[in-house]
Amino acid sequence: MARSKELVPGVGRFSRSGVFAKRALYKGQKKTDKPAAETPPEYIEKTIGGEKNGGKRLVPTSKAPRFYPAEDVRKPKKSRKAPQTSSLRSSITPGTVLILLAGRYRGKRVVFLKQLTSGLLLVTGPYKINGVPLRRVNQAYVIATSTRVDISGVSLDEKFNDSYFAKPSTKGSKSAEEEFFEEGKPKAKEAFPESKASDQKTIDGAVITAIKGTENLGKYLKASWGLSKGQFPHQLVF
Amino acid sequence: MSAKDSNFKRFVELGRVVLLKSGPSAGKIAVIAEIIDHNRAIVDGPTTGVPRQSFPYKHLTLTPLKLTGLPRAAGTGVVKKLVEKEQLTEKWEKSSWAQKRAAVEKRRSLNDFARFGVLLAKKSRRDQVRKAVKKAKKA
Repeated sequence: MARSKELVPGVGRFSRSGVFAKRALYKGQKKTDKPAAETPPEYIEKTIGGEKNGGKRLVPTSKAPRFYPAEDVRKPKKSRKAPQTSSLRSSITPGTVLILLAGRYRGKRVVFLKQLTSGLLLVTGPYKINGVPLRRVNQAYVIATSTRVDISGVSLDEKFNDSYFAKPSTKGSKSAEEEFFEEGKPKAKEAFPESKASDQKTIDGAVITAIKGTENLGKYLKASWGLSKGQFPHQLVF
Repeated sequence: MSAKDSNFKRFVELGRVVLLKSGPSAGKIAVIAEIIDHNRAIVDGPTTGVPRQSFPYKHLTLTPLKLTGLPRAAGTGVVKKLVEKEQLTEKWEKSSWAQKRAAVEKRRSLNDFARFGVLLAKKSRRDQVRKAVKKAKKA
């Protein structure tokens, strides 16, 4: 708007294209060169079977449509926005004791380690204390308490990211029977991977030593949380 | 009927110490300095941080404490002198009513971990009592 003096708020003297022309940014020399996009060949040669087919033929790489479109179909606008990592609640800092409210471990008190790029929280029970493994949880389903465990001694490897917790991709589709039975018997359970068990142990070891520094903190994490009659979470101090 | 013949012990009267139940001074005690009408009185609490103001009886509770010899429509200075002379605040804080209120307040302000500590302490007390009773029964 520097060139285009405002006539009234929001309306400048010059139009958008007028400002563009006045700024004349297009006149300057370009500093970067776009890498030339490789154009795929329009035709490729294919060998054709059969005697009277000439042996070879040029085949277009993209097939022309068989019909003209009967009607113009509007294309939806493509969004160029990428989802951002959700911001962490200010009451949650590394070492905060969280109360899980949903899922298999609801009611458990766990220790928060860090936020992952997906925005989910990485927590640990520790497993030895209350049976909650290294796990991702959504911060919406969590109560943050004011209790903190000093986890400055815990070194978190970079490998603990979202892909660490991703399910292994299954190859092809299997029938339900194949999935659960083998040789007429239910399939034996797959063993928990050794590497993950050792990861759990190394992290929990440091967390547990920190927990032992405070009296009753281990018992606190082992006990599960709940509301009794006449207790309402919005009236409690956490 | 005069106050002497009545079965009631606490009256709305000059010098009566009251506990305020609403407003910005809720939970504090004050003294009735003057009675306005059958709905309101002027209360004053110079030592408890209650500014002199008219207060409806609906929103205050009468306590058993009373300032003796408070003249009618005494100003804040006179009320303060008398309250300090009779050590009213100390008397109130010693009362089981005030102590119970303080305990409730304290318990409400505890965080989750501290509440868990209370649970453990109560558990251990129960255990000790149970064991002592059992021992006494045997003997």
